Amino acid sequence: MSAKTADKVATGIIVTITGLIALALIGLLGYILFRGLGHISWHFLTSPPETIRKGGGIGPQLFNSLFLLVLTMIITVPLGIGAGIYMSEYAKAGKITSAIRLVVEVLSSFPSIIVGLFGLLVIVNKFNLGFSLLSGAIALTIFNLPLMVRITEQGLRSVPVQQKEASLALGISKWKTIRSVQLPIALPVVLSGSILAAGRIFGEAAALLFTAGMSSPRLDFSDWNPLHSDSPLNPLRPAETLAVHIWKVNSEGLAPDATQIAAGASAVLIITVLLFNLGARALGRYMHNRFTASK
Amino acid sequence: MKVWKGNLLKMKKSLIVTMALTLSLSLAACGNNTNSANNGNAAATNNAPTNNTASADLSGSILASGSTALQPLVDQVSKEFMEKNTGVSIQVQGGGSGTGLTQVSEGQAQIGNSDVFAEEKLDADKAAELVDHQVAVVAMAAVTNKDVGVDNLTKQQLVDIFTGKVTNWKEVGGKDEKIQIVNRPASSGTRATFEKFALGTKTEDLAGSIQEDASGTVKKLVSETPGAIGYLALSYLDDSVTAVKYEGVDATVDNVAKGTYPVWAYEHMYTKGEPDAATKAFLDYMVSEDVQNDEGDVVEMGYIPISKMEVKRDAAGAVTK
Amino acid sequence: MKKSNDREVATPHLAEEWVGKVYTFICILFLIITIFSMVYFVASKGLSTFIVNGVNVKDLLTGLKWQPEGEPPIFGALPFIFGSFSTSILAAIIAAPLGFCAAVFMVELSPKLGRTFMQPVIELLAGIPSVVYGFVGLSVIVPLFRDLFPGQGVGIAAGSLVLAFMILPTITTIATDALASLPAGLKEGSYALGATRWQTIYRIVLPTTLPAQMTGIVLGIARAFGEALAVQMVIGNAPHIPHSLFQSTSTLTSAITLSMGNTAMGSVQNNALWSLALILMLMTFVFVFIIRWLEGRKKL
Repeated sequence: MSAKTADKVATGIIVTITGLIALALIGLLGYILFRGLGHISWHFLTSPPETIRKGGGIGPQLFNSLFLLVLTMIITVPLGIGAGIYMSEYAKAGKITSAIRLVVEVLSSFPSIIVGLFGLLVIVNKFNLGFSLLSGAIALTIFNLPLMVRITEQGLRSVPVQQKEASLALGISKWKTIRSVQLPIALPVVLSGSILAAGRIFGEAAALLFTAGMSSPRLDFSDWNPLHSDSPLNPLRPAETLAVHIWKVNSEGLAPDATQIAAGASAVLIITVLLFNLGARALGRYMHNRFTASK
Repeated sequence: MKVWKGNLLKMKKSLIVTMALTLSLSLAACGNNTNSANNGNAAATNNAPTNNTASADLSGSILASGSTALQPLVDQVSKEFMEKNTGVSIQVQGGGSGTGLTQVSEGQAQIGNSDVFAEEKLDADKAAELVDHQVAVVAMAAVTNKDVGVDNLTKQQLVDIFTGKVTNWKEVGGKDEKIQIVNRPASSGTRATFEKFALGTKTEDLAGSIQEDASGTVKKLVSETPGAIGYLALSYLDDSVTAVKYEGVDATVDNVAKGTYPVWAYEHMYTKGEPDAATKAFLDYMVSEDVQNDEGDVVEMGYIPISKMEVKRDAAGAVTK
Repeated sequence: MKKSNDREVATPHLAEEWVGKVYTFICILFLIITIFSMVYFVASKGLSTFIVNGVNVKDLLTGLKWQPEGEPPIFGALPFIFGSFSTSILAAIIAAPLGFCAAVFMVELSPKLGRTFMQPVIELLAGIPSVVYGFVGLSVIVPLFRDLFPGQGVGIAAGSLVLAFMILPTITTIATDALASLPAGLKEGSYALGATRWQTIYRIVLPTTLPAQMTGIVLGIARAFGEALAVQMVIGNAPHIPHSLFQSTSTLTSAITLSMGNTAMGSVQNNALWSLALILMLMTFVFVFIIRWLEGRKKL
């Protein structure tokens, strides 16, 4: 086979395989959406699930997922950005820093089930927080922190060093430089990164099985006092998220329409993650344009 | 700095908008919810007005955790109980029988839901501290894929199948088809019950057998896999699988109650020592006529009322009339 | 005038500087404490199987029988270890060539189509939650394998196919980065010598980026190794080393999720599951070190 033929054949194979990957994904998405979209209705999105009767919805689960996301981000973002700043600005190159870097790396590749088990052992049982939103949020924070650190580091590294030096040369303190010069410039990267991380939180189930619990108690949506046990905002109540609900309905569901509910909930989950992805891209592009003054 | 703040503000705004959206969404949901719950409550109050007044001033919060098989029932009953006793708040969690027993034993939960006697999971001294409240009975039946052509199996045949002595359905009177076992993990309460009362022996996990903990998955696999056999609680039985008679006896509620069908187990709600007033009221309500009668939650959700049982069984498995 | 002005500014600066240092340091400290307590708690639980319950380490690692409820209970975790390794490595074997092809397409063949179409596709693939993968695997792949091959459809083959999809984004993204960061001169030199595109990719691009590609693959294996729910739904969960790719088997993660809730904390059955978690955690360390080693080579 001549080099030219080999080139053509190889190109053909690569294009075919790439096409197949794209097809597989479209097929996957199509399958989930096709099976699930028919079941999505206003009623489905807002009503509570039924144990044995038909017509249950995913209202509380959807709310739980979003609320858990907000809680997690409230804990993760300040911690993650702080740790990221430390790693990129304050840490001096040396043995300790490289050890810390190793620690972050290890944490980022910990299986989520280990994080969940640790949560069960320490957060749920030792700290006695029980199966609760807060336990879940802390577990997810552990899970997401390394990602957040890396994103912040990446963002800060994308800041032109001249800008930082210019600020320092003006006699502005390092911390102020970081806050007012470097972070705003790094913001597009950090933000789009956090939104992607949020998508990951939204779909996570293994770590939550053992921390946030698999039940959704009665919620009183007219009571917004976070201290009341029926209040949806109470962070100490158990909360089943959408991903966990899919797992549960799939495996234990007694309702006659369990399959449709799982399909519908999967579709909702996918659509939400899709929105997160698109949102991250759009926001990243928009902020990039604003800050870099291109056009 | 300004840019940073401005963007933060914008972020906050969009967050508020999202929150408001979800809020209104969920509010709409709860509107429906409370209505239907109220209706249900009104009906219940008509049935038992005495019950309602007797327990009006109870208060406290109860955490019941454990068995996923019992969870739906406790969840449902707790909702009704809280409608009647507004001062009591009950949270029901899953996690598995082992988790429930651990949590009640360590005082993290007031009630530990379990499919098995505490003695089977905990150390003897820890189990001795717990008080057993049996609230319902769950019976299970061997189920097969619809194509195997067997509708009755004897105890010996089941033992042969689950120990791998018999590997083809024609050896037990069915079609010429390979037997595919869909078992539960060794730690499962359902499996413990099935082995104890249907097989009378513990079995080893055979190579090639499938293990799933969840009844829904077991049902799906049995209904889809040719030649499959598994076992399910009666509440999970439907047309997609064939329920097999055990020693010629149908797995029905009446046969279980009379004691002729032996494959059943209690659903336990354990407390550590004697329960406090609110917990006791709730446990009493669980076994009250309202919940246990033919239209009550127990029957509706596929469990067998404890009051119906004509036979009793202790932790060691000895049956008395 | 000037001097006093300096001093006025300097003091808040120092305080501010201090705030920044302390705040960021606390954040990083939290991270470090978390990971050390995680290692400590998992290890203490996992080791108590050997210390408190007297199970032999060698028996656990090499035993073929897993009978936690037997009399006496037997804990042989080799089938789980075998299952975890075989599914994750097979998943990487499936996903690696696919990822490389996609990366070549995106960087070398059609950067425009790659950026506007393939990259969002790959990112989406990364965003799909693992329960959904498991759900699709159980509803599509398992029945398909049951019809096509002897056996019940569940097993290593189904597990690794599902995992391959899940780790494809990791492998592709890292491969793409590696290809894109290749100095242009290297490729141009090759083209200038009259090499075809395939020759350039095969002889120049692949060897130079190999350490980076391997990093992606190991990261993928690490992720597959720790994945729990999706695998549990399609693997079958029999605690045995299978005789074929289509026979039911278990992984470390599936064994843990299957039984963790059913066992009581502190019992030997429960501790044995923590030992499995400990193995899982130790493997994570191994993967991280392999990745570090590979990345060290990349710089050379």
